[in-house]
Amino acid sequence: MVIEFGHFALVLAFILTLVQSVVPIWGALTGDTRLMATASPVAQAQFILVLVSFIVLTGAYLNSDFSVVNVWENSHSAKPLLYKFTGVWGNHEGSMLLWVLILVFFSALVGLFGGNLPADLRATTLSVQSWVTAGFVLFILATSNPFNRIPNPPIEGNDLNPILQDIGLAIHPPLLYVGYVGFSIVFSFAVAALILGRTDAAWARWVRPWTLLAWCFLTLGIAMGSYWAYYELGWGGWWFWDPVENASFMPWLAGTALLHSAIVMEKREALKVWTVLLAISTFSLSLLGAFLVRSGVLTSVHAFATDPARGVFILVLLCIFIGGSLALYAWRAPMLKQGGLFAPISREGGLVLNNLFLTAATAAVLVGTLYPLVLDALTGEKISVGEPFFNLTFGPLMVPLLMAVPFGPVLSWKRGDLLAATQRLYVALGLALLVVLFTFWLWGMERVLAPLGIGLAVWVMAGAVSEIVTRVKFFEIGLKRGFSRLAGLPGSAWGTAVAHFGVGVTVLGIVTATAFEYERIETMRAGDTVTVSDYQVTFDGAAPRRGPNYTEDVGHFTIRKGGVTVAELDPSKRFYTARQMPTTEAGIYTTGFSQVYLSLGESRGDGAMDVRVYFKPLITLIWIGCVIMAIGAVLSMADRRLRVGAPKPAAKRRRTSAVPAE
Amino acid sequence: MTRKQRRLTLIGSAGAVLAVALGLILFALSDQIVFFQSPTDITQNELPAGQRIRLGGLVEEGSVVRSDDAKVSFRVTDMENVIPVTYKGILPDLFREGQGIVTEGVVNANGVFVADTVLAKHDENYMPKEVTEALKDKGHWQGDEAAQ
Repeated sequence: MVIEFGHFALVLAFILTLVQSVVPIWGALTGDTRLMATASPVAQAQFILVLVSFIVLTGAYLNSDFSVVNVWENSHSAKPLLYKFTGVWGNHEGSMLLWVLILVFFSALVGLFGGNLPADLRATTLSVQSWVTAGFVLFILATSNPFNRIPNPPIEGNDLNPILQDIGLAIHPPLLYVGYVGFSIVFSFAVAALILGRTDAAWARWVRPWTLLAWCFLTLGIAMGSYWAYYELGWGGWWFWDPVENASFMPWLAGTALLHSAIVMEKREALKVWTVLLAISTFSLSLLGAFLVRSGVLTSVHAFATDPARGVFILVLLCIFIGGSLALYAWRAPMLKQGGLFAPISREGGLVLNNLFLTAATAAVLVGTLYPLVLDALTGEKISVGEPFFNLTFGPLMVPLLMAVPFGPVLSWKRGDLLAATQRLYVALGLALLVVLFTFWLWGMERVLAPLGIGLAVWVMAGAVSEIVTRVKFFEIGLKRGFSRLAGLPGSAWGTAVAHFGVGVTVLGIVTATAFEYERIETMRAGDTVTVSDYQVTFDGAAPRRGPNYTEDVGHFTIRKGGVTVAELDPSKRFYTARQMPTTEAGIYTTGFSQVYLSLGESRGDGAMDVRVYFKPLITLIWIGCVIMAIGAVLSMADRRLRVGAPKPAAKRRRTSAVPAE
Repeated sequence: MTRKQRRLTLIGSAGAVLAVALGLILFALSDQIVFFQSPTDITQNELPAGQRIRLGGLVEEGSVVRSDDAKVSFRVTDMENVIPVTYKGILPDLFREGQGIVTEGVVNANGVFVADTVLAKHDENYMPKEVTEALKDKGHWQGDEAAQ
């Protein structure tokens, strides 16, 4: 009965999305304030209804109600409680419900906190958001209903895919979805702006916090997914250029470009048409990602059960939303007024350069992801586009971008002076060159790219620090005033510096972990020792162990450095009984920012085991850098100007003359 | 700088970046992609020496031999032709005899495929799509149960 209640709540939510799709926008177009005013309460009602159906499904999982097909297929009564909970979205139907929950969550947020938006923009935005929501709720009800029942309920369930039975499932999908789906509200804003024929600096200022929020979560979601794959799959890799990873990476790249072009639009009223296009493209890439992952065109752990009807349905949604929004764009964008002019060497010029490289990189990833699918569909020829392709296309596009990153924030608006900007970066440049020379001296000339890569990372990090320091003239005005001026910097300035610093940290981690990694693959017997870098890894033996829903062979290893024991690791090979499926649990020892990584291969019967041992220098910086970037986004969101909303044009003119331009 | 010059600089630099990106993509597509081949394709067609390919098929029953140093050799079949494969490393969790796999590497002078990557993706129902279709082409596909 409760299950049907959840189903019913979802149907009600669908009806409300249909109402929301028409009524507020009708009000906005006819100037009827009463119709527009329905937007916010209806958005909140939608959120509550979808939340109810989500809670009902969660309840079915927690109670192991195997009369529900979805629970039977993906749960098991012996599964630990946490995985019963996270298993709700560890399958196609449940994850689509989570997707819709986040769509309506953003609607409700705009309804609640959009008080400073013009009423017609808010109403239209919420209507557009409802078009998207209606499409996805219909998709769930028609092809992926999680509330379907089994007439004769089985006693035991099929268990969740063991790869997913991990704390990572509790964190990665919700973060990623908030990011992915968060861009929907930016998309809705863009479409609403096109419908109303009005985009201005104020529009950019409203859109920026939502972009930042989505970007922040997407960054964390991708980083978490990368770390999860790293420790769970046992391959020791943190990025595979897998189409599914690319599906989340493309919206991230486009979203990063959007984040930057929105600044130009907000401050200088330029790049309007481009910013609107980016807002549309970013969410379109999210939708494309959903299609790639869920339609079954790819085989992956993310694909879950594949059903052709679903693929076609998502493809239709994809065509309607992407095609529709681009057609609207082609029709309405010429009406948007172009704004301020700027010289090529200027803050705007720098941000345009950023957008150029980011969109070119997005295009490269898009081609690499879709080309095999298109070629297969057209000619039947099977190819694989892997790491070498992306290293050759994505890599060279990132190098000039990273070199330019420190220049951006120190150039002035409108007309910049490259020489003056370089002078502010002398220290950073000197530091980067010193590091390059030092690494060459340390490792010789055999690796040319790695020292240059490290230098680039240091350049980005030091550039971010020196931007802040020179901006407040920290060393010229004395410590006390220096600190108070640091504290007085606007949130967006801190956000920029911190996020750019995070980029440098991630690059440093990528370069060192790739170039200076040690890997040994050995067949080891009890007592054997292998050495990686400064660490001796001894295999002490293996023993079987029983878990709640699996059995495992656990290898015991002692890690010594210079004869002193620093860690004991227990990597294991698990076998999940319900699904008859093995998994590998890596053993990881973190020292500083570096890691020793052990994973077990096949057991050879006579007590010998294949063991893969890695030393990965500074690898954790890859993910720490992403967290720093996300902190940068939070600092930017905390900026007072975003919180108080867009001032009236007249008030704005007065303020900008009172506050020094940045 | 006049308005026109500014616009030209902007368009010029955009064009330059896009041209570089396009060039990189086209070059990488001509050079860095790996073609999928079945054992029959490899037996019938002469491959240029050192050409990286993806070999897909079923792991022949009883062909897996493990030696020390984590080396393993096995044979990949499409029920018509058989290619011997060697690999050093840890096999994926789902690598089994009779299971469909995809490996990436190079055929050496003795006709042995030296793989540096073995994929059997992380799903218990996984049968690489390329393998399924190659088997269907040869008429050895045993219905969808065979993939389970």
